[in-house]
Amino acid sequence: MKFRAKIVDGACLNHFTRVSNMIAKLAKTCTLRISPDKLNFILSDKVANGGVSMWCELEQENFFSEFQMEGVSAQNNEIYLELTSENLSRALKTAQNARSLKIKLTNKHFPCLTVSIELLSLSSSNRIVTHDIPVKVIPRKLWKDLQEPTVPEADVSIYLPALKTMKSVVEKMKNISNHLVNCKILNLQIIEANLNGELNLKIETELVCITTHFKDLGNPPLASENTSQDGNSEQMAEVQIDIRKLLQFLAGQQVNPTKATCNIVSNKIVHFDLLHEDASLQYFIPALS
Amino acid sequence: MPLLTQQIPDESDYSLVASLDNVRNLSTILKAIHFREHATCFATKNGIKVTVENAKCVQANAFIQAGIFQEFTVQEESVTFRINLTVLLDCLSIFGSSPVPGTLTALRMCYQGYGYPLMLFLEEGGVVTVCKINTQEPEETLDFDFCSTNVINKIILQSEGLREAFSELDMTSEVLQITMSPDKPYFRLSTFGNAGSSHLDYPKDSDLMESFHCNQTQVNRYKISLLKPSTKALVLSCKVSIRTDNRGFLSLQYMIRNEDGQICFVEYYCCPDEEVPESES
Repeated sequence: MKFRAKIVDGACLNHFTRVSNMIAKLAKTCTLRISPDKLNFILSDKVANGGVSMWCELEQENFFSEFQMEGVSAQNNEIYLELTSENLSRALKTAQNARSLKIKLTNKHFPCLTVSIELLSLSSSNRIVTHDIPVKVIPRKLWKDLQEPTVPEADVSIYLPALKTMKSVVEKMKNISNHLVNCKILNLQIIEANLNGELNLKIETELVCITTHFKDLGNPPLASENTSQDGNSEQMAEVQIDIRKLLQFLAGQQVNPTKATCNIVSNKIVHFDLLHEDASLQYFIPALS
Repeated sequence: MPLLTQQIPDESDYSLVASLDNVRNLSTILKAIHFREHATCFATKNGIKVTVENAKCVQANAFIQAGIFQEFTVQEESVTFRINLTVLLDCLSIFGSSPVPGTLTALRMCYQGYGYPLMLFLEEGGVVTVCKINTQEPEETLDFDFCSTNVINKIILQSEGLREAFSELDMTSEVLQITMSPDKPYFRLSTFGNAGSSHLDYPKDSDLMESFHCNQTQVNRYKISLLKPSTKALVLSCKVSIRTDNRGFLSLQYMIRNEDGQICFVEYYCCPDEEVPESES
């Protein structure tokens, strides 16, 4: 197993830092999957922890000027590493305005992802900052749990509104549902949408019902063709989810994506699909039963 | 908007309807009295008064005159309900607490009457939020019987003069002692804390003093824990009127200018803590 990669371009370095910050906000620990042309950050939470899953994908060549890897075997030319996401984002903090960044899989008593950052300095001598991030190599037999999630066929697929507005609304809704100590069901939120470009966020408690209506959002063309013929386009598909999971997802988004879609499978799951310039993120929140 | 019209009964069914182009003109004033979870609202054709009380010793009233609203109708002579102020404020700021330049949140508030929830319709940039907050049985509020004919001493200060003093109050002192007098020290704030006593004097002819009408020396003590929450109103205000009556009751009236330049008032009443022995003053 071998892995070494290098970023020299400042913009690429910034993007990579941004992605790793986002991952740190979304998942405490994650799996980094390295394959010849892609990097993936993967989270697949146990059902007991809420069952959220995440699949973030970067095209290797959009970021790295050098990229060499050798997987566990020729047939399985991949590496799966488990790491604490914050360690990576903290290491990359030093990389602002750096000249270059190298990432390497090393073995220093235990397996590490070694991040070396070459910093600019006024004098001719360069300074190099090195972080060793402990990782766990995930054995081959556990890989099957970490495959790209299949996107279930959605009842409604809709474009998301400005994530900032959505975040602010969800944040307030979470505050309000937290106030209510006597409330039986805590942190429950309904997200519903239809093929008429309408998306609603709702909370209902003993004391207060709040619904935020977003309209004219538009539906991705394919989804509406498939489903709208037989059904009423104003028919809402809804899922009840844990509001904290939705907030965590929204809080992790620093930059507005070029395209953001939400797919709802009634009473089963909500799937968010964000497309950034050079990275894509899929986030799945299962329904609370 | 079929979703909204379904939920709105005929306009005349409402005992209170109020709309506002900028929700912050309401939420800011309400924040100034938000030191307890619940508030009682009274609406008459003149506007809305929101009251918060604590320990039967302090009462804060926020007045939002009918003129602040773009539309304001009250069907009955007066409409009264109690509401969870924390939830109300969270609902009012659902689109974000800090203002984004160029965007305003509009509000329409409707109340159908006793036993019905308070309905809020908030709109920002085409996004609509509907909140239905259950109301509660109104509780009787205290009558401090603070009558201007019984006022002995009255001072109007520019708020900045009091702001620093209040934010740096020695909270280890149990009381804040207020001395108002036609003679020296004119107006004095004193605390008696772990680190010693402190006195802060305002000269009568200070630039901060807008008016000074003191007829008789009065020294009264007020629980500092009860007065501290009024700092919220003080911070927002431009002027404050400080009055005491013949029983030593304190009235603090804060004049608050909203984002549209209109004036609103927030008032705190507080009863004195104890009789001050003559020798100490």
